[in-house]
Amino acid sequence: MLEERVLAIQDVKVYFERRERLIGRKTVIHAVDGVTLVLGRGETLSLVGESGSGKSTLARTVLKLNTPVEGAILFHNQDIFKQDRRQSKAYRRRVQMIFQDPYESLNPQSTVFNAVTEPRVIHGLASDRSEKEEAASRLLALVGLDPSTKLYRYPHELSGGERQRVAIARALSLEPELLVADEPVSMLDVSIRLGVLNLLQTLKQNLNLTYLVITHDLGVARYIGTRIAVMYFGQIVEIAETDELINNPKHHYTNLLLSSIPGTENPQPLAAGADVDFSYSAAEPPSGCRFHTRCPMAQEKCASIVPKLTEIANGHFAACHYPLTK
Amino acid sequence: MTANPSTRGQEGDQVLDIRNLTVSYKTESGYVKAVDDVSFTVNKGEILGLAGESACGKTTTALSIMRLLAPNAVVNGQILFDNKDVLQMPEDELRNFRWKGVSLIPQGSMNSLDPVIQVGKQIVEAIRAHESVSRADAWKTTEKLLSSVSIHPTRAKNYPHEFSGGMKQRAVTAMALALNPRLVIADEPTTALDVVVQKQLLLVLRNLQKSLGISFIFVSHDLSVIGEIADRVAVMYAGKIVEIGRKDMVLKHPSHPYTQALVNSVPKVFGNRQLLESIPGSPPTGVWPEGCRFHPRCKFVFDLCRQKEPELQLAATGCLAACHLVSKTDREEIVLK
Repeated sequence: MLEERVLAIQDVKVYFERRERLIGRKTVIHAVDGVTLVLGRGETLSLVGESGSGKSTLARTVLKLNTPVEGAILFHNQDIFKQDRRQSKAYRRRVQMIFQDPYESLNPQSTVFNAVTEPRVIHGLASDRSEKEEAASRLLALVGLDPSTKLYRYPHELSGGERQRVAIARALSLEPELLVADEPVSMLDVSIRLGVLNLLQTLKQNLNLTYLVITHDLGVARYIGTRIAVMYFGQIVEIAETDELINNPKHHYTNLLLSSIPGTENPQPLAAGADVDFSYSAAEPPSGCRFHTRCPMAQEKCASIVPKLTEIANGHFAACHYPLTK
Repeated sequence: MTANPSTRGQEGDQVLDIRNLTVSYKTESGYVKAVDDVSFTVNKGEILGLAGESACGKTTTALSIMRLLAPNAVVNGQILFDNKDVLQMPEDELRNFRWKGVSLIPQGSMNSLDPVIQVGKQIVEAIRAHESVSRADAWKTTEKLLSSVSIHPTRAKNYPHEFSGGMKQRAVTAMALALNPRLVIADEPTTALDVVVQKQLLLVLRNLQKSLGISFIFVSHDLSVIGEIADRVAVMYAGKIVEIGRKDMVLKHPSHPYTQALVNSVPKVFGNRQLLESIPGSPPTGVWPEGCRFHPRCKFVFDLCRQKEPELQLAATGCLAACHLVSKTDREEIVLK
């Protein structure tokens, strides 16, 4: 299916421990609980799911900002958690992140010039002034900003859309292969979101990039994604080509998500299972299929046996004992 | 501008009639206008969607109806409720107007529930602060209110942390209904919610509108949400209403280039998948362009747009749009697009 594997996430589990001092009880948050994913070169994989489903944790783990308790992440077949210092630095150059909030991800005391050249200085790609200026101008032009007017601006002098473009330029400054974008447009105004999404598309083609995009917005996922993976309670419940997933969902949770999309174009009413069951949390997830407490089709088996992510149709995987049929 | 007939409902059917509302904020560097000559009505039992991006004046409009603007705000115009101008109301009348006449669900209010008081009790307090009813009666009302927003009455004794985000938002909605207001203003009520929970809240609001005949002003930046919930839509840009009319017309056959661009720039989950055209530039903040405020970003711009500010005028769709193209004869391109 995929020509070249850029990233392979293998049964990754990321847990956080929380100690409640007064009671002395230890709770373990199962933020990501056994995720397996493969990203092919040139692909855009969108991770969707509700807040708390573990999508950001998974993304941060790819960036080595979290360490998994189990499983491995391979980048070009090399385990990123078994790298030496030099390999690790090289990896960090090839994988970059775009954060959600450009108001927080840029240093307010640092000019655009500094923001986009500092990574290059740290990685020894630029040393003298002219080299830096050349690189900065090129990067700004790449993201659709005019270097002659924006290069020496501070973040507060830029609009939200311009800031996010600077953040993208900084991510590109190290010529990465893989960009991880965590809700790249959700903080932006509606009228400028599309400009940033279109920019990401153009950059991907021109620079031969691979994207892992985290979004809660299925419209955004569909607009930029080649495939969509749906997360629920730290696990992937369904993964398929974008239109296949939207037109032909197999997992009942995906179906619920789709049925809740607002707007008059939505062909179906809200599916069953919308009510959240509070007796469970990431510290104590439900047994068996984690959606069984809400699922309209749940049978006995669903409460006891964890469904495996299996291929139902070509390239379409779902983790459900009783998948939807059309 | 005098209020045009088609921004208005049938006489007697209106709950609220806003005429030429202008709000400026006094700052160290002079006055900054936030809302400029805005007129619209809200009809009985309808949901009016107030759409627009950040800093376009939608929240200022909402807050000025409640007379809740910061002290440095200068408000002009009329806000008529029961033929009385809210802006001229003395404090004691205002107390009655708020909650009983019009109530507000402020932005992010689901996070302003008191964490150490039971949710039901907070609603009881709101009721008893305005009406002399017994605690027992107020509890009964509260339980009824909670069931009307699909929260089981037994949950009234829960504390806010025992509620999910969606339930908290429904609880503040119930609180806003506590004194039987005729109009509820909801400012971005679904913004922090996950999509499933958002859908549930929208269904609850629809239900309340149908069963109680309450009117809503639903403020949101999200056109899909507005498209689902509203009967009529007013689109604001840079402090002005640029288009107002029936939802299906405004969102499916927009007459103003801004509405059109906005509608076209939302990536859709259903329907055709295509490359969408983004709107150049960003919305103006503080200083608004001369002439039409959207002209620097408009692809249909011509000379007149730079010189003269367009007024709201009747478009072919029956909506009002503030665009010079509406009265121009060669406007096929925009209508057809």
